[in-house]
Amino acid sequence: MDKNFTGAGKAARIRKKIFRALVYLFLVFWGLVVLFPFYWMVLTSIKGYGAYNSEYIPQLYTVAPTLENYVEAFTSVPLGRYFLNTIIFTVGTTAIMLVVTVLAAYAFARLEFRGKNLVFLLFLSLMMIPSELVVITNFVTITNLDLRNTFTGLILPSVTSVFYIYLLKENFEQVPDQLYYAAKVDGTSDLKYMFKVMIPICRPTIVTITILKVIECWNSYVWPRLITDDADYYLVSNGIQAIRESGFGRENIPAMMAAVVAISVPLIVLFVIFRKMIMEGVSRGGTKG
Amino acid sequence: MGKRSAKGWLYLLPAILFLGFFLVYPLVDVFVYSFEESYNFASQTYAGVGTFNYSYILRDPYFLQAIKNTFILVIITVPVSTGLALVISLALNSIERLRRLFQTVYFLPYVTNTLAVGLVFMILFQRTPYTDGFVNLMLSWFGAGPVDFIDGPYAAKMFVLCLYTVWIVLPFKILILTSALASVSKDYYNAARIDNTPPFRVFRKITLPMISPSIVYLVITGFIGAFKAYSDAVALFGTNLNAAGMNTIVGYVYDMLYGSSGGYPSYASAAAIVLFVIVLTITVINLLVSRKHVHYNS
Amino acid sequence: MKVSVRDLTKIFPARGRKKGEDVVAAGHVSFEIEDGELIGLLGPSGCGKSTILNLLCGLLQPTEGRIFFGEEDVTDLPAEQRGVGMVFQNYALYPHLTVMQNIMFPLQNFKGDRKLSREEIKKRTDEAARLVQIDGLMDRKPAELSGGQQQRVAIARALVKMPRILLMDEPLSNLDARLRLQTREEIRRIQRETGITTVFVTHDQDEAMSISDRIIVMQSGVVNQIGKPQEVYDSPANLFVAKFLGNPQINTFRGAVRGGEVYVGGDCILPADGIPDGEVIVGVRPEGLIPAPDGALGCRLRGVEVMGRDISVLAEHDASEAATVRSIVSAENIAMLGGGTVRFDIKPGKAFVFAADTGLRLDGRRADG
Repeated sequence: MDKNFTGAGKAARIRKKIFRALVYLFLVFWGLVVLFPFYWMVLTSIKGYGAYNSEYIPQLYTVAPTLENYVEAFTSVPLGRYFLNTIIFTVGTTAIMLVVTVLAAYAFARLEFRGKNLVFLLFLSLMMIPSELVVITNFVTITNLDLRNTFTGLILPSVTSVFYIYLLKENFEQVPDQLYYAAKVDGTSDLKYMFKVMIPICRPTIVTITILKVIECWNSYVWPRLITDDADYYLVSNGIQAIRESGFGRENIPAMMAAVVAISVPLIVLFVIFRKMIMEGVSRGGTKG
Repeated sequence: MGKRSAKGWLYLLPAILFLGFFLVYPLVDVFVYSFEESYNFASQTYAGVGTFNYSYILRDPYFLQAIKNTFILVIITVPVSTGLALVISLALNSIERLRRLFQTVYFLPYVTNTLAVGLVFMILFQRTPYTDGFVNLMLSWFGAGPVDFIDGPYAAKMFVLCLYTVWIVLPFKILILTSALASVSKDYYNAARIDNTPPFRVFRKITLPMISPSIVYLVITGFIGAFKAYSDAVALFGTNLNAAGMNTIVGYVYDMLYGSSGGYPSYASAAAIVLFVIVLTITVINLLVSRKHVHYNS
Repeated sequence: MKVSVRDLTKIFPARGRKKGEDVVAAGHVSFEIEDGELIGLLGPSGCGKSTILNLLCGLLQPTEGRIFFGEEDVTDLPAEQRGVGMVFQNYALYPHLTVMQNIMFPLQNFKGDRKLSREEIKKRTDEAARLVQIDGLMDRKPAELSGGQQQRVAIARALVKMPRILLMDEPLSNLDARLRLQTREEIRRIQRETGITTVFVTHDQDEAMSISDRIIVMQSGVVNQIGKPQEVYDSPANLFVAKFLGNPQINTFRGAVRGGEVYVGGDCILPADGIPDGEVIVGVRPEGLIPAPDGALGCRLRGVEVMGRDISVLAEHDASEAATVRSIVSAENIAMLGGGTVRFDIKPGKAFVFAADTGLRLDGRRADG
């Protein structure tokens, strides 16, 4: 009886070990599925043009790595220009977004005014509006204002995000009221209180929405595509699409991959640095796009 | 009161201006556009008011193709990605060593440029005169013939599109589900263990009900997101999606607006509203179904 | 079911970045529990009592030692197969299931020849619910119950499968004071009615003393003393046990043994009964200090606290380890107090002598526990 049970316990433990090994195997397999495209793009980007095109059967490694594709990517198409445009667009959009969002969140969280709840409700309901619905009129508006192929036209409609206002407002509300009253008694103005107390306390959330917005800007494709047809104003997404369709002459895939690596690296670096904040921010309600 | 009220509105003013101009006004306007017939972009005039735009797009084979593609994409990718995310999250939740590393790796696709990585998928799957591509190489190991996934048969193209979509949306779902699973108290599992509960029963009777709100959230956002698919298709098949037969509803909207086939904001508006109605209907159905079956802990 | 624990040791290895030392959560713990006994596992937080409980139920595997249920060695049995019932500190009731579904949950796991029919499940669920007196609440969800009711559901769920032993992890700690008193009577009643061998973990000595047949006092992973509550109270094995049991706490004085007498300060207060000369700690229960004009121990009087039936005489002594020396006497004795000093007689059997370095009991009155 004793031995039997002991045996059963051991068998159960062995089964558990096997199961655990299978779990790890599965996780590693999926990790490879996720990482493989990244590996492939880096690998292809360092294969020589000739070497790549002579591989009828794709090789999983290269013996003669080269950086010539990166030179090609930045010289034969204005990839640097696309980068610069994207940075201007990202910085501009994110900066204006921050000002607008912080002010609005502060008003909702801290100030008293008539109709506040009603306005907030309206704001919340705006979260449901899909961007696809409004992009049409915005396109017409920007076109009629002659703002196509300008940064103004790129940036302005991309600024607001109701969700970030909501997120920051929630965070602002967690700052104890006493701090505000203490500051008021000391004669601090609202603006000063906001800069000296609220923003420092809520810095993690502000950093989070900043990063999320940067990711969003860096990846935006649809609006820039609609609003720019002059390559001088292309962002990286549009640039990469242009490269795909007409860049580098015929089928220079290694150079194309070098461009892909170049535009992927900034975000991955950002992710590695702010991993925790990004993942927390996204799990609080960000969706892609 | 008056002065304090004014201050509140002043702080809100920038947000209201931006939202009003670029969100509320366009929302109203898009409905107007969709009913204005023969709208002329250049002169900004229209011939009449009616439902012609709707009947036009609903007869347009490109639109019907886009609807078909979108529905197939939705029906395949939403269950597959949610189910796969659940399996991966359960696996992640059952280990301790290396968990953070796996989580970080799995999240990577979220922070990549959809257009850029789409190109990588394209070259992995594409068959050209110079090479059959890596995926066909793998297929040949199993004796399966080379297939052109990018310019070939419809099913192959749809397969790649679905695969890429799943690859792109998984990080978000895994993230949400792992945090939902991690928030289920260990005590429940210990209690179940002591009561000798079979693993599958634990999953069905404890885990699943406890994380059901997150699953519903993912299914709803998954439906919405999949219905709006566009840039992944562009990444794989290029901007001329109609020619590739792989257009989506959103793609149709943009094509109507802009580019060689563009200049028809009325048609675009009508298509966008059709999309909106579809999404709204599905979301409402989802909410109604979930209300019956979901445990909300509060 | 009789339970024997032999030489049980659990070591949590130092992990991760903190290259600290291994944590010995339980070290060579041995005890026996008789069939039908209610055992209180008592100790301060971190003393290893929860570790012992988790080893008993199989959620943890011991580093060394064996556990027997009756004659059967269950050490290598996983928790699933041990057939124990457990009441968790926060009850761990499944929030999405009703009271009835929660209670029947364990029964629905029975397989093979133990598998129960629907009617049997229903019958046993009802019985368990009646036993803990929640049969009127079967269709509620846990969130709709009070803390005390949730506690009862948790007990019913643990009992319904007729476990070999019942384990309770701080079952009363989430209840308010009034409910705690009431519920501990209730647990006692249920335990008596079912006759199930029960181990009850708590850090509250009142709780353990009031309902246990025997208590096991633990400290830093080691069993300090095992015995009936009154025996342990009357004859603590060491200074820790003496201090941990009893409310208000025992008075302790630095003292010394010289020539067959125990001295505190200048006062000779007790015969040393063969304790060798040296530094000692003398512990005297508050009820063992009796104010008397010619008492053995002189203290400075600080004041009096009246608590109805009893009064506390508060005093100070330079050799006292605590700031206050407390004596509890019945209220009629209050008249005899006055002046700046107070002298106390030491009641035999209420004073204990411990080694100053090890804290071990030195005087011989210790009963074997």
